[in-house]
Amino acid sequence: MKLTSYVQDRLLTVALTGEIDHHRARQIMAQITEKIDSYLPLRCILDFQEVRFMDSSGIAVVLHTLRKMRALQGKLVLQNIPPQPYKVLHAAGIEKITEIKEECMP
Amino acid sequence: MKGENYMQLEFPSRSANESFARSAVSCFAAQLDPTLDELGDIKTAVSEAVTNCIVHAYPDEIGTVIVKAKILPDHVLDIVVKDRGCGIPDIEQARKPMFTTGGEDRSGMGITIMESFMTEFRITSTPGKGTTVHMKRKIICRGGKR
Repeated sequence: MKLTSYVQDRLLTVALTGEIDHHRARQIMAQITEKIDSYLPLRCILDFQEVRFMDSSGIAVVLHTLRKMRALQGKLVLQNIPPQPYKVLHAAGIEKITEIKEECMP
Repeated sequence: MKGENYMQLEFPSRSANESFARSAVSCFAAQLDPTLDELGDIKTAVSEAVTNCIVHAYPDEIGTVIVKAKILPDHVLDIVVKDRGCGIPDIEQARKPMFTTGGEDRSGMGITIMESFMTEFRITSTPGKGTTVHMKRKIICRGGKR
């Protein structure tokens, strides 16, 4: 499944969708890597609005994206996180290492 | 609810079965009338347990994963996820948050999440024989007929 993304002024927004588990995680990471490598954004937003389920594989996706953005000295923002993925991200303390947009808290 | 209900699944350790396993347990749990939040916790914990079998128990082969779910008195869902894979040599190390042998793809948070999302969590493992994860989750009774 292709991820939809949007680029403007070196801001890359990637819309994550569906269920994020180990089965899909590697493919999602590869697609995010490809987008970051081709657009070299200063800011990357991962949008969780359409994520119906996420397990700890999603944490690995966020950490992977964070490493990619740090290598570019860029920033990562997570937005529109539904309650279930938020609970999983919170268990890993993700809010301490990335920015989460206020309005997306459950 | 009269008597006790249970179910058992057996499937090969293919990653496509992760979503099948968590959905099946979640459908079975529906008879306890859980909230969306409770169902989310159960699905997440089952997903973590089954993923561990696929990634760690059978790293280079396809083996069998067994998932059992049972309704216990007082609205408790009892879940067992079992494999006959390579086992875990050091369980204490495996339980540590952020510890993983799975490389960059894995976060090392699977066991931590199962422990914090479930009411009870137990893991037993024998190297060379396999691993069993046993979890319980109390479903809050919100009134109405069961």
